[in-house]
Amino acid sequence: MKYLKFVLVGILFGIMFVKAEIISWFRIYEMFRFESFHMYGVIGSACVFGILFTFWVKKSKLRDMYGNDIIFQDKIKTWPRYILGGIIFGLGWAMTGACPGPMFTLLGAGFPIFGVVIISAVIGTWAYGAIRDKIPH
Amino acid sequence: MIEAILQFVRQPWPWYVAGPIIALVYLTLLYFGKSFGISASLRAMCSAFGAGRRIKFFDFNWKGQIWNFMFVIGAIIGGFIASTWLSLDAPMQLSAATQDNLAKYNLFSWKNDIAPTEFLNWSALTTVKGWIIMVGGGFLIGFGSRYSGGCTSGHAISGLSNLQLPSLLAVIGFFIGGLIMTWFILPHLLMP
Repeated sequence: MKYLKFVLVGILFGIMFVKAEIISWFRIYEMFRFESFHMYGVIGSACVFGILFTFWVKKSKLRDMYGNDIIFQDKIKTWPRYILGGIIFGLGWAMTGACPGPMFTLLGAGFPIFGVVIISAVIGTWAYGAIRDKIPH
Repeated sequence: MIEAILQFVRQPWPWYVAGPIIALVYLTLLYFGKSFGISASLRAMCSAFGAGRRIKFFDFNWKGQIWNFMFVIGAIIGGFIASTWLSLDAPMQLSAATQDNLAKYNLFSWKNDIAPTEFLNWSALTTVKGWIIMVGGGFLIGFGSRYSGGCTSGHAISGLSNLQLPSLLAVIGFFIGGLIMTWFILPHLLMP
Protein backbone atom coordinates (compact mmCIF):
# COMPACT_ATOMS: atom_id res chain seq x y z
CA MET A 1 0.00 0.00 0.00
CA LYS A 2 2.80 2.43 0.73
CA TYR A 3 3.71 2.31 -2.95
CA LEU A 4 0.19 2.82 -4.33
CA LYS A 5 0.43 6.61 -4.04
CA PHE A 6 3.43 6.63 -6.37
CA VAL A 7 1.52 4.60 -8.96
CA LEU A 8 -1.37 7.08 -8.74
CA VAL A 9 0.87 10.13 -9.18
CA GLY A 10 2.57 8.30 -12.06
CA ILE A 11 -0.82 7.70 -13.71
CA LEU A 12 -1.67 11.41 -13.55
CA PHE A 13 1.78 12.18 -14.95
CA GLY A 14 1.35 9.69 -17.81
CA ILE A 15 -2.11 11.01 -18.74
CA MET A 16 -0.78 14.58 -18.76
CA PHE A 17 2.17 13.48 -20.94
CA VAL A 18 -0.21 12.09 -23.56
CA LYS A 19 -2.84 14.81 -23.44
CA ALA A 20 -0.32 17.65 -23.69
CA GLU A 21 1.53 15.68 -26.42
CA ILE A 22 4.83 15.88 -24.51
CA ILE A 23 5.55 12.27 -25.48
CA SER A 24 5.35 13.17 -29.16
CA TRP A 25 8.48 13.07 -31.30
CA PHE A 26 6.73 15.70 -33.46
CA ARG A 27 6.44 18.16 -30.57
CA ILE A 28 10.12 17.73 -29.65
CA TYR A 29 11.12 18.19 -33.30
CA GLU A 30 8.94 21.32 -33.50
CA MET A 31 10.53 22.66 -30.30
CA PHE A 32 14.09 22.25 -31.54
CA ARG A 33 13.08 23.94 -34.80
CA PHE A 34 11.64 26.87 -32.80
CA GLU A 35 8.34 26.57 -34.65
CA SER A 36 5.98 26.46 -31.69
CA PHE A 37 5.77 27.87 -28.19
CA HIS A 38 4.04 24.78 -26.78
CA MET A 39 7.00 22.86 -25.28
CA TYR A 40 8.67 26.07 -24.07
CA GLY A 41 5.42 26.94 -22.33
CA VAL A 42 5.27 23.50 -20.69
CA ILE A 43 8.86 23.50 -19.42
CA GLY A 44 8.85 27.23 -18.62
CA SER A 45 5.63 27.20 -16.59
CA ALA A 46 6.71 23.97 -14.82
CA CYS A 47 9.91 25.77 -13.78
CA VAL A 48 8.15 28.95 -12.66
CA PHE A 49 5.74 26.97 -10.49
CA GLY A 50 8.56 24.69 -9.35
CA ILE A 51 10.62 27.70 -8.21
CA LEU A 52 7.59 29.12 -6.35
CA PHE A 53 6.85 25.77 -4.68
CA THR A 54 10.50 25.31 -3.68
CA PHE A 55 10.62 28.81 -2.24
CA TRP A 56 7.41 28.14 -0.29
CA VAL A 57 8.65 24.76 1.03
CA LYS A 58 11.91 26.37 2.24
CA LYS A 59 10.27 29.48 3.65
CA SER A 60 7.58 27.65 5.61
CA LYS A 61 10.02 24.87 6.62
CA LEU A 62 7.49 22.37 5.34
CA ARG A 63 8.03 18.78 6.40
CA ASP A 64 7.25 15.67 4.40
CA MET A 65 4.39 13.31 5.27
CA TYR A 66 6.63 11.40 7.69
CA GLY A 67 7.56 14.56 9.59
CA ASN A 68 11.10 14.74 8.22
CA ASP A 69 12.69 17.93 6.95
CA ILE A 70 12.57 18.29 3.18
CA ILE A 71 16.20 18.50 2.11
CA PHE A 72 17.35 20.02 -1.18
CA GLN A 73 20.74 18.69 -2.16
CA ASP A 74 23.03 21.07 -3.97
CA LYS A 75 24.53 19.65 -7.16
CA ILE A 76 28.31 19.37 -7.23
CA LYS A 77 29.82 22.52 -8.76
CA THR A 78 31.75 21.46 -11.83
CA TRP A 79 31.00 21.78 -15.52
CA PRO A 80 32.31 19.06 -17.90
CA ARG A 81 29.84 16.37 -16.85
CA TYR A 82 26.84 18.67 -17.14
CA ILE A 83 27.73 20.09 -20.56
CA LEU A 84 29.10 16.87 -22.12
CA GLY A 85 26.51 14.58 -20.53
CA GLY A 86 23.81 17.09 -21.41
CA ILE A 87 24.84 17.19 -25.07
CA ILE A 88 24.85 13.38 -25.28
CA PHE A 89 21.41 13.26 -23.66
CA GLY A 90 20.08 15.99 -25.97
CA LEU A 91 21.24 14.07 -29.07
CA GLY A 92 19.26 11.04 -27.93
CA TRP A 93 16.25 13.10 -26.86
CA ALA A 94 15.91 14.77 -30.27
CA MET A 95 16.52 11.50 -32.12
CA THR A 96 13.88 9.36 -30.37
CA GLY A 97 11.64 12.29 -29.37
CA ALA A 98 11.45 10.87 -25.86
CA CYS A 99 13.19 11.51 -22.57
CA PRO A 100 13.08 8.86 -19.82
CA GLY A 101 9.50 9.59 -18.62
CA PRO A 102 7.85 9.66 -22.06
CA MET A 103 9.68 6.46 -23.11
CA PHE A 104 7.62 4.57 -20.56
CA THR A 105 4.36 6.40 -21.25
CA LEU A 106 4.72 5.66 -24.98
CA LEU A 107 5.02 1.98 -24.09
CA GLY A 108 1.59 2.15 -22.44
CA ALA A 109 0.12 4.40 -25.13
CA GLY A 110 0.29 1.63 -27.72
CA PHE A 111 3.89 1.84 -28.94
CA PRO A 112 5.63 -1.31 -27.65
CA ILE A 113 8.56 -0.47 -29.97
CA PHE A 114 9.70 1.93 -27.25
CA GLY A 115 10.65 -1.15 -25.25
CA VAL A 116 13.70 -1.23 -27.55
CA VAL A 117 14.52 2.38 -26.65
CA ILE A 118 14.13 1.63 -22.92
CA ILE A 119 16.37 -1.44 -23.04
CA SER A 120 18.96 0.58 -24.98
CA ALA A 121 18.74 3.34 -22.36
CA VAL A 122 19.39 0.81 -19.58
CA ILE A 123 22.41 -0.47 -21.55
CA GLY A 124 23.58 3.14 -22.03
CA THR A 125 23.29 3.74 -18.29
CA TRP A 126 25.27 0.55 -17.64
CA ALA A 127 27.94 1.64 -20.15
CA TYR A 128 28.32 4.96 -18.34
CA GLY A 129 28.78 3.13 -15.03
CA ALA A 130 31.41 0.92 -16.63
CA ILE A 131 33.61 3.75 -17.96
CA ARG A 132 32.81 6.62 -15.60
CA ASP A 133 36.31 6.61 -14.06
CA LYS A 134 37.83 7.22 -17.48
CA ILE A 135 35.84 10.25 -18.63
CA PRO A 136 36.05 13.87 -17.42
CA HIS A 137 33.60 15.05 -14.82
CA MET B 1 -22.48 14.77 -16.61
CA ILE B 2 -19.58 12.30 -16.64
CA GLU B 3 -19.67 12.35 -20.42
CA ALA B 4 -19.42 16.15 -20.39
CA ILE B 5 -16.34 16.00 -18.15
CA LEU B 6 -14.77 13.33 -20.36
CA GLN B 7 -15.39 15.45 -23.45
CA PHE B 8 -13.63 18.34 -21.74
CA VAL B 9 -10.65 16.21 -20.67
CA ARG B 10 -10.36 14.65 -24.13
CA GLN B 11 -9.33 17.92 -25.77
CA PRO B 12 -5.58 18.43 -26.11
CA TRP B 13 -4.24 20.01 -22.90
CA PRO B 14 -2.56 23.40 -23.34
CA TRP B 15 0.90 24.13 -21.96
CA TYR B 16 -0.47 26.20 -19.08
CA VAL B 17 -2.24 23.09 -17.79
CA ALA B 18 0.64 20.66 -18.33
CA GLY B 19 3.42 22.81 -16.83
CA PRO B 20 1.67 23.41 -13.48
CA ILE B 21 0.77 19.67 -13.26
CA ILE B 22 4.45 18.79 -13.68
CA ALA B 23 5.32 21.21 -10.87
CA LEU B 24 2.54 19.70 -8.71
CA VAL B 25 3.96 16.21 -9.29
CA TYR B 26 7.37 17.54 -8.20
CA LEU B 27 5.81 19.06 -5.05
CA THR B 28 3.80 15.91 -4.27
CA LEU B 29 6.93 13.74 -4.50
CA LEU B 30 8.74 16.16 -2.15
CA TYR B 31 5.86 15.71 0.28
CA PHE B 32 6.23 11.93 -0.08
CA GLY B 33 9.90 12.41 0.90
CA LYS B 34 11.31 11.72 -2.57
CA SER B 35 13.09 13.78 -5.19
CA PHE B 36 11.74 13.82 -8.73
CA GLY B 37 14.14 12.25 -11.22
CA ILE B 38 13.03 9.51 -13.57
CA SER B 39 16.40 8.52 -15.04
CA ALA B 40 17.54 7.44 -11.56
CA SER B 41 15.22 4.46 -12.10
CA LEU B 42 17.41 3.33 -15.02
CA ARG B 43 20.45 3.20 -12.74
CA ALA B 44 18.41 1.28 -10.17
CA MET B 45 17.36 -1.20 -12.87
CA CYS B 46 21.03 -1.88 -13.67
CA SER B 47 21.64 -2.45 -9.98
CA ALA B 48 18.58 -4.70 -9.63
CA PHE B 49 19.90 -6.79 -12.54
CA GLY B 50 23.11 -7.36 -10.58
CA ALA B 51 25.42 -4.83 -12.29
CA GLY B 52 26.70 -3.86 -8.84
CA ARG B 53 28.70 -7.08 -8.54
CA ARG B 54 31.26 -5.84 -11.03
CA ILE B 55 30.70 -2.08 -11.24
CA LYS B 56 30.91 -0.02 -8.08
CA PHE B 57 28.59 2.68 -9.49
CA PHE B 58 25.72 0.19 -9.36
CA ASP B 59 26.61 -1.19 -5.94
CA PHE B 60 24.00 0.69 -3.90
CA ASN B 61 20.69 -0.02 -2.26
CA TRP B 62 18.44 0.01 -5.33
CA LYS B 63 15.47 -0.91 -3.17
CA GLY B 64 15.41 2.75 -2.15
CA GLN B 65 14.26 3.40 -5.73
CA ILE B 66 11.34 0.97 -5.75
CA TRP B 67 9.05 3.99 -5.40
CA ASN B 68 10.51 5.26 -8.71
CA PHE B 69 9.71 1.92 -10.41
CA MET B 70 6.14 2.32 -9.12
CA PHE B 71 6.00 5.86 -10.48
CA VAL B 72 7.21 4.62 -13.87
CA ILE B 73 4.62 1.80 -13.86
CA GLY B 74 2.02 4.51 -13.17
CA ALA B 75 3.32 6.52 -16.14
CA ILE B 76 2.86 3.44 -18.36
CA ILE B 77 -0.70 2.90 -17.07
CA GLY B 78 -1.44 6.61 -17.54
CA GLY B 79 -0.30 6.33 -21.16
CA PHE B 80 -2.68 3.41 -21.65
CA ILE B 81 -5.62 5.19 -20.00
CA ALA B 82 -5.13 8.41 -21.96
CA SER B 83 -4.69 6.74 -25.33
CA THR B 84 -7.53 4.25 -24.81
CA TRP B 85 -10.27 6.33 -23.20
CA LEU B 86 -9.24 9.98 -23.32
CA SER B 87 -8.27 10.46 -26.94
CA LEU B 88 -10.00 12.25 -29.77
CA ASP B 89 -9.58 11.13 -33.35
CA ALA B 90 -8.14 14.45 -34.43
CA PRO B 91 -4.73 15.23 -35.91
CA MET B 92 -2.16 17.01 -33.74
CA GLN B 93 -2.16 20.80 -33.99
CA LEU B 94 1.40 21.08 -35.21
CA SER B 95 2.54 24.44 -36.54
CA ALA B 96 2.22 24.92 -40.29
CA ALA B 97 6.00 25.35 -40.61
CA THR B 98 6.63 21.97 -38.99
CA GLN B 99 3.97 20.29 -41.13
CA ASP B 100 5.64 21.65 -44.28
CA ASN B 101 9.04 20.50 -43.13
CA LEU B 102 7.80 17.00 -42.26
CA ALA B 103 6.20 16.70 -45.70
CA LYS B 104 9.68 17.04 -47.22
CA TYR B 105 10.57 13.76 -45.54
CA ASN B 106 7.24 12.12 -46.37
CA LEU B 107 6.27 12.12 -42.71
CA PHE B 108 2.50 12.33 -42.30
CA SER B 109 1.79 10.01 -39.37
CA TRP B 110 1.13 13.00 -37.08
CA LYS B 111 -2.32 13.06 -38.65
CA ASN B 112 -3.18 9.77 -36.93
CA ASP B 113 -0.50 9.04 -34.36
CA ILE B 114 1.37 10.81 -31.60
CA ALA B 115 4.62 9.05 -32.59
CA PRO B 116 6.26 8.98 -36.06
CA THR B 117 5.32 5.42 -37.01
CA GLU B 118 7.09 5.76 -40.38
CA PHE B 119 10.49 5.24 -38.78
CA LEU B 120 9.69 4.15 -35.22
CA ASN B 121 8.40 0.64 -35.84
CA TRP B 122 9.51 -2.98 -35.71
CA SER B 123 10.36 -3.37 -39.38
CA ALA B 124 12.62 -0.30 -39.18
CA LEU B 125 14.77 -2.39 -36.85
CA THR B 126 15.96 -4.27 -39.92
CA THR B 127 17.56 -1.07 -41.27
CA VAL B 128 20.74 0.73 -40.23
CA LYS B 129 18.88 4.03 -39.80
CA GLY B 130 16.29 2.34 -37.60
CA TRP B 131 19.02 0.93 -35.37
CA ILE B 132 20.76 4.30 -35.15
CA ILE B 133 17.54 6.06 -34.13
CA MET B 134 16.01 3.54 -31.72
CA VAL B 135 18.97 1.62 -30.30
CA GLY B 136 21.52 4.43 -30.66
CA GLY B 137 19.07 7.06 -29.45
CA GLY B 138 18.11 5.05 -26.39
CA PHE B 139 21.76 4.40 -25.58
CA LEU B 140 22.59 8.13 -25.76
CA ILE B 141 19.64 8.94 -23.47
CA GLY B 142 20.77 6.43 -20.85
CA PHE B 143 24.46 7.29 -21.07
CA GLY B 144 23.92 11.05 -21.20
CA SER B 145 21.41 11.27 -18.38
CA ARG B 146 23.67 9.40 -15.99
CA TYR B 147 26.80 11.29 -17.13
CA SER B 148 25.08 14.64 -16.55
CA GLY B 149 23.46 13.32 -13.36
CA GLY B 150 19.83 13.68 -14.42
CA CYS B 151 17.34 13.99 -17.24
CA THR B 152 14.63 16.50 -18.02
CA SER B 153 12.85 15.81 -14.71
CA GLY B 154 15.95 15.79 -12.48
CA HIS B 155 17.68 18.81 -14.04
CA ALA B 156 15.11 20.91 -15.91
CA ILE B 157 12.43 20.56 -13.22
CA SER B 158 13.98 19.60 -9.86
CA GLY B 159 17.34 21.29 -10.45
CA LEU B 160 16.12 24.54 -12.02
CA SER B 161 13.33 24.82 -9.41
CA ASN B 162 16.07 24.85 -6.77
CA LEU B 163 18.09 27.37 -8.84
CA GLN B 164 21.01 25.01 -9.35
CA LEU B 165 23.62 26.38 -11.75
CA PRO B 166 24.84 22.86 -12.68
CA SER B 167 21.30 21.99 -13.78
CA LEU B 168 21.20 25.09 -15.96
CA LEU B 169 24.45 23.91 -17.59
CA ALA B 170 22.90 20.47 -18.14
CA VAL B 171 19.77 21.98 -19.72
CA ILE B 172 21.97 24.12 -21.98
CA GLY B 173 23.75 20.88 -22.92
CA PHE B 174 20.38 19.19 -23.63
CA PHE B 175 19.60 22.00 -26.06
CA ILE B 176 23.00 22.01 -27.75
CA GLY B 177 22.66 18.26 -28.35
CA GLY B 178 19.03 18.56 -29.45
CA LEU B 179 19.79 21.38 -31.89
CA ILE B 180 22.75 19.53 -33.42
CA MET B 181 20.58 16.43 -33.87
CA THR B 182 17.55 18.26 -35.27
CA TRP B 183 19.36 20.61 -37.65
CA PHE B 184 22.41 18.63 -38.78
CA ILE B 185 21.91 14.88 -38.21
CA LEU B 186 18.18 14.10 -38.41
CA PRO B 187 17.87 15.57 -41.95
CA HIS B 188 20.20 12.78 -43.14
CA LEU B 189 18.49 10.08 -41.10
CA LEU B 190 14.97 11.10 -42.15
CA MET B 191 15.66 11.39 -45.88
CA PRO B 192 13.85 8.38 -47.38
